[in-house]
Amino acid sequence: MSTTIVAKGEAPPPAPPTSDTPPASIDLAEDFRESGVAEVLAQLDRELVGLKPVKQRIRETAALLLVDRARKRMGLTQTTPTLHMSFTGNPGTGKTTVALRMADLLFRLGYVRKGHLVSVTRDDLVGQYIGHTAPKTKDVLKKAMGGVLFIDEAYYLYRPDNERDYGQEAIEILLQVMENQRDDLVVILAGYADRMDRFYQSNPGFRSRIAHHIDFPDYEDGELLAIADTMLTEQNYRLDAGAREAMTQYIALRRAQPHFANARSIRNALDRARLRQANRLFESTAGAVDKEALSTIVAADIRASRVFSGGLDSERRSPS
Amino acid sequence: MRITQGTFSFLPDLTDDQIVAQVEYCLNNNWAIGVEYTDDPHPRSFLWEMWGNPMFDLRDAAGVMMEVRACRKAVPDHYIRINAFDSSRGFETVRLSFIVNRPKVEPTFKYTRTEVAGRTVNITMTTEF
Repeated sequence: MSTTIVAKGEAPPPAPPTSDTPPASIDLAEDFRESGVAEVLAQLDRELVGLKPVKQRIRETAALLLVDRARKRMGLTQTTPTLHMSFTGNPGTGKTTVALRMADLLFRLGYVRKGHLVSVTRDDLVGQYIGHTAPKTKDVLKKAMGGVLFIDEAYYLYRPDNERDYGQEAIEILLQVMENQRDDLVVILAGYADRMDRFYQSNPGFRSRIAHHIDFPDYEDGELLAIADTMLTEQNYRLDAGAREAMTQYIALRRAQPHFANARSIRNALDRARLRQANRLFESTAGAVDKEALSTIVAADIRASRVFSGGLDSERRSPS
Repeated sequence: MRITQGTFSFLPDLTDDQIVAQVEYCLNNNWAIGVEYTDDPHPRSFLWEMWGNPMFDLRDAAGVMMEVRACRKAVPDHYIRINAFDSSRGFETVRLSFIVNRPKVEPTFKYTRTEVAGRTVNITMTTEF
């Protein structure tokens, strides 16, 4: 389990005024600026490459929440909207990162009080013996109160092949809290699209309690190259012309191989390229190296990858 | 007899909103929170029953209130208190302790005086339910 604390704006979110007389009119544009939502959306645009449909959905959700907040202030509505969400998509498509931004967004709009993100998997929720699951799940829920609980690969909670699996107990506690304490926390379930669909079919309770389904598409090759550039720039590296060419080919080849995980595969590839670059510098350079050499990744660093020779050894041997 | 133990015990009973505010103060100071209960508020019985383990790494009072409500439901006619532990000196020190639930009829204390050697009097205090 990991708790990530998102950076908060200097001022706490402007709480809806508690006076008895509702305001006659609300300037939505003014509200939009003041709440800092614009900032979060801009950050989302800046930091995440591609993901157009996701950004569109988040924009729509933000608009809905903003209008809902205005309606609440006017006294037109009393209930808190259901905010639980489902993020579906292949690995490495930015689900966790978007969840982090979502926590920030909900905090700025005043829908969660603290705005932190607690990221868990089955192991953090489900115990190993009778009576172990409930305290474990409740412990996680208590830590997530006031923020967002992000359950990665949520379908592992439900194991239909074992009817005595303790996952069912965790599901029941989750459902109860999702229904009764909607003001206290927001739950985001994440995982592969097809397996999540099956999970919802066998747990209709979840489906009905989740209002927002967001689907994360795979990245295009060009987007992955842009992601590689961003990752390298953050660490003060750069690709030279040959390396860029090699990287483009690498992405096309890697996509066809098993266990492709979008941005995560790119990050791992770059980590290995850095390793090779370090080795190359260490072995080939005699004497001083300059800043340029230390921060440039050349074609050879990338072309040494096993992806160019047909993938991992173990997978190449297998008949498939 | 109204028991006056812990912080705020001379004030009227705290409402849930006031308890939330106090817990928020504790959490802002990074204190861990424990919930305890007992039916015997004898001053010498300072070790109350623990309602689960103390809670660490909470960010919001809602988690504590969840446990307080569960405890009230399980033992409505007991004393329940919230303890806040500060670990900044390397061990968990109670920094704040206050009662959040009282039985409908509170017990009283009875004094028994025993004459012993010389003019010495030993006083024993017992809880009268």
